[in-house]
Amino acid sequence: MTTAASVSATGLVKTFGGLRAVDGIDLEVAQGEIFGVLGPNGAGKTTMLKMLATLLPIDAGHASVFGVDVAREPHRIRQLVGVTGQYASVDEDLTATENLWLFGRLQGLRSADARATAADLLAQFGLEEAANKPISQFSGGMRRRLDLAASLISRPPLIFLDEPTTGLDPRTRGQMWDTIRALVADGCTIMLTTQYLDEADQLADRIAVIDHGRKVAEGTPDELKTSVGNSTLQIELAERADQDLATQVVWRVVGREPVLTPESGRINVPLETADAAADVLIGLRQAGVPIAAVSVAKPTLDEVFLTLTGHDTGEADQPADTSRDDALLEVR
Amino acid sequence: MSTVTAEIPSRGIRVRTPAVDPATAVARARPRISLGETISQTFSMAWRALKKMRRNPEQFFDVTLQPLLFTAMFAYIFGGAITHVAGEAGVKSYLPLLIPGIVAQTVLTTCMSTGVQLREDMEKGVFDRFKALPIARIAPLAGPMMADLVRYLIAAGLTFVMGVIIGYRPGGGALGVLGAIFLAIFTGWAIAWIFTFIGTIARNARSVQGISMLILFPLTFLSNAFVPVNTLPTALADFVKINPVSHLVSASRDLANLGVISGEVGWTLLAGVVVIAIFAPLSVYSYKRHL
Repeated sequence: MTTAASVSATGLVKTFGGLRAVDGIDLEVAQGEIFGVLGPNGAGKTTMLKMLATLLPIDAGHASVFGVDVAREPHRIRQLVGVTGQYASVDEDLTATENLWLFGRLQGLRSADARATAADLLAQFGLEEAANKPISQFSGGMRRRLDLAASLISRPPLIFLDEPTTGLDPRTRGQMWDTIRALVADGCTIMLTTQYLDEADQLADRIAVIDHGRKVAEGTPDELKTSVGNSTLQIELAERADQDLATQVVWRVVGREPVLTPESGRINVPLETADAAADVLIGLRQAGVPIAAVSVAKPTLDEVFLTLTGHDTGEADQPADTSRDDALLEVR
Repeated sequence: MSTVTAEIPSRGIRVRTPAVDPATAVARARPRISLGETISQTFSMAWRALKKMRRNPEQFFDVTLQPLLFTAMFAYIFGGAITHVAGEAGVKSYLPLLIPGIVAQTVLTTCMSTGVQLREDMEKGVFDRFKALPIARIAPLAGPMMADLVRYLIAAGLTFVMGVIIGYRPGGGALGVLGAIFLAIFTGWAIAWIFTFIGTIARNARSVQGISMLILFPLTFLSNAFVPVNTLPTALADFVKINPVSHLVSASRDLANLGVISGEVGWTLLAGVVVIAIFAPLSVYSYKRHL
């Protein structure tokens, strides 16, 4: 039992109406690691976490946490897992102390112990001064911290964090990252979802990329980044008609296919090193391809997605439509 | 809206907890909840609901204003009509009939808001956490209902106080009145499970209100709360006879006016138990499924 994976899931499925929000995902999270689940809005990240945390029934497949079956023993799972959602799940009408005291009492702490734990957690999260203020006066970052503190009362060995830094300013985000690392140093396993590649890069030991309810890639951050190149050369062609010629030049110089962005006339070239950008530009000059604009950037989540799935994160166009197309493909 | 800012430690947040050991945690995790834990968790939830009531005193408007208003209104509107027919002693003789009826009506109206408030509460983020915690599924439902006992007590007590002010003299004495209040609180708590169930199945708080009204009106007005049963057509009279509210009203009249614990008390308690036995499991089932 002691060597059981923190999370082990095979063929997880969740259907809402006709839409398969989670469509056969396999996962294996080792003890003591930070496992990142990366994907755009509506990819099924939250749904998957909710299933693993017993908040949604599992339609098909199997999941266990530390060897305990999620579907069969939900009460035991709830004692092993701490959940911090996308939206702070604390009581707006109570103060920070009252919130933590209540959650402690509900989990079987004696009144005095619950009070001590609450005070301790508030101190650790830098919330002492706001301890007796109602939550409605809290800033977004303070809510997040209180929410995470509330998940730690029973010291669960596995913590699910659903987009823990979405909407936080850079400083607060850095602090949240420190906190997450400290939790792992204490022996916790963390599974977190994020829309940000740099967050997954900074924190996660391993990353699963989720799209339309399916796992499209899994690996260490380095493995994922090499698959899209370490940096990207973005070229805007002066003439759209040159696109085919430019593609051929890129292929000859760097030995890989450029990625055509939805706006026609723009091509993205994944590069191993930024140096190669010069070679591409020289190649284009020699072939007589005029260029309107050039930039070199680090790979973004969009590019990971373009490379892994052949479409972008869907933020720009209609995500509802693409998912419906997918559902149609399913039926066939 | 004002925002408090807390000084954040410059090195970032350090969490100093003793090392977490998964194997121990798995061994310690119990497969189910004991009855003792369920009760203790329900009390914690009741504490939360009471805190919220104290922070939002407007929640007490209905239980304070309604008894005062309804008692006076009904006494003078219907009482006046009766006096017109029956002479001077009209209002005084109507009060022993009326007051227990108003007690039943105010307590029922009060327990309707249990469902509406539960629904509003369930839409808030904190319910996500309640769902994720290893606690009895019934605790988040039963806790606020326990806190609502305070509201029923205020509603029933104030109605009697108002009655006494306008000339009601309960023949059953203080003990009889206390008995009637206790019975009204119990029935209110039992019937609140119906509204709690509606709270768990309805789409939003507004529809809970609508559905609850549809149930509440027949329950209170198709009873012997305000008029004698023998004045009603047969079909209605049959419903009035099986309506638990009628039993509550009759039992309260016997207790408050005569100081007698009649068979009606037994019927009222039985009806309450039946309602709880049906709607408590339904509520928990629906709460687990839909959210």
